[in-house]
Amino acid sequence: MAASILSLDDVWVEYAIYGLANRSLKKTLVGLASRGRLAREVETEISRVVALKGINLRVDDGERVGVVGANGAGKTTLLRVMAGALKPLRGRIRRIGFTSSLFDVSLGMNSEANGWDNITLRGLYLGLTPREIRALADEIADFSGLTPEQLACPVRTYSSGMQVRLAFAISTAVRPDILLLDEWISAGDAAFVEKAKQRMIDLVDKSRILIFATHYDWLLAGICNRAICLQDGKIVADGPVADTLAFYHQSATPLPAQ
Amino acid sequence: MATAETPATLKRAFWEWDGNLTRAVLEDLRQGINYWPLWIRLGWQDVMLRYRRSMIGPFWLTISMGIMVFSLGLIYGDLFGMVVDRYLPFLTIGFLVWGLISAVLNEGCQTFIESEGIIRQIDLPLSMFPLRVLWRNFIIFLHNAVIYVVVVVVFDLALNGSLLWAIPGLILLLINALWSATLLGILSARFRDLPQIVSNILQVAFFVTPIIWIPQASFKRPLLIDANPFYHFIELLRAPLLGHAPTLANWSVALLITLLGCVGTFLFYRRAYGRIAYWV
Repeated sequence: MAASILSLDDVWVEYAIYGLANRSLKKTLVGLASRGRLAREVETEISRVVALKGINLRVDDGERVGVVGANGAGKTTLLRVMAGALKPLRGRIRRIGFTSSLFDVSLGMNSEANGWDNITLRGLYLGLTPREIRALADEIADFSGLTPEQLACPVRTYSSGMQVRLAFAISTAVRPDILLLDEWISAGDAAFVEKAKQRMIDLVDKSRILIFATHYDWLLAGICNRAICLQDGKIVADGPVADTLAFYHQSATPLPAQ
Repeated sequence: MATAETPATLKRAFWEWDGNLTRAVLEDLRQGINYWPLWIRLGWQDVMLRYRRSMIGPFWLTISMGIMVFSLGLIYGDLFGMVVDRYLPFLTIGFLVWGLISAVLNEGCQTFIESEGIIRQIDLPLSMFPLRVLWRNFIIFLHNAVIYVVVVVVFDLALNGSLLWAIPGLILLLINALWSATLLGILSARFRDLPQIVSNILQVAFFVTPIIWIPQASFKRPLLIDANPFYHFIELLRAPLLGHAPTLANWSVALLITLLGCVGTFLFYRRAYGRIAYWV
């Protein structure tokens, strides 16, 4: 199989934050028709936030890249752009390798549908074919610890622990080449947490590229072999984990007032 | 612990974004079709969950529409002084087709909004969402079509070869439903008051379109009829299902709208494609 690659060239992302008037077709049309004389708030209410400013990054096969940065530095946006969900305003992205993102384990779960249906549905969302899902369904059921009878009931009848276990089992059932992880994922009671941890480690080990955003230094140091630091939408440090973390903490701590 | 070793096959292993929107959109459309197991399933689930609590499922809708058509048929047929044999089949088919059109346009506004969480997080082909809306409403349409069969039997409708016109008519209707759901879905994601505007327009359209009244019955034929696109689309199905072919005017208008709609929506989709995930 071809080596996995993830590369970003000069990637820019901008969020337009619309005000209420701007979300209204009627007001926008009135504003346009009157050349801004009426419904003035339409123009003034748009504010733009540039979330990523010219990101250049090339990640090769075997690299486990940690992403650090303060809240609002652009970590989540970066991961969503890598996932392909958010399209950049400018720049190029290239991805070789089956990619899967683990941002929200219960994404796409339908509480009215039963456990088996949710396994199928989530599998399809991940990009599996129905046949591949059938091959995985028993293993997922087994890992979640739910009985076949329980899986035949609507998910809304589950306890929150059961729901999380099922969601975790489903979303971690596929081993992607490129894994995008926004914070470490853990779930369930003490016994399940240990099982979940093993499964996550296994998932990370088997992936060819890992992008891992976290606020926990020790996790990053334990898993990654490279780290980047984001600040205000730009990569301000890129290199060995220890160096990037040192830079991050140094820059994040404000200098004492003179 | 045996997890999948082979990469998934619905999702492509190679993905590239370089700002070439035409290529991105064409790939999105291809993948949207490729993802049929997902939207077919989601569409079914939408229908089933909506009628889950009732024992007869979606047929509940069939019954309620059946009751409405029959009671309206009797009352209005009497009011307009028309033979029930002629009026009720006309009304039934009009309702059936209008039900599909108005549901797709109304729900089309929610196409992308209803899946915002997923759209912002996973790179699913966006074109699968209009397909899901269309499929879900087509299922409901097929359930309602049972009423037509009942009407054919009860009124012993004289059908003939022109019934075949209904097939291309239905295909054309579905194509238009698809671009409409896409266009309205994108616009509604950006402009949140659009669903309300659309539903208001549809309310008016229901009364000005010949659905509960027959155009030939009026003395003058107002321009409003021939200038109304809904009329032509309903005729594409209503005429053959009543036993005569649609007129050339019906087909010309419908084909023209299809062409303009498809081209216009493609250009608009291409323009908005990169922003949809930000708007929802």
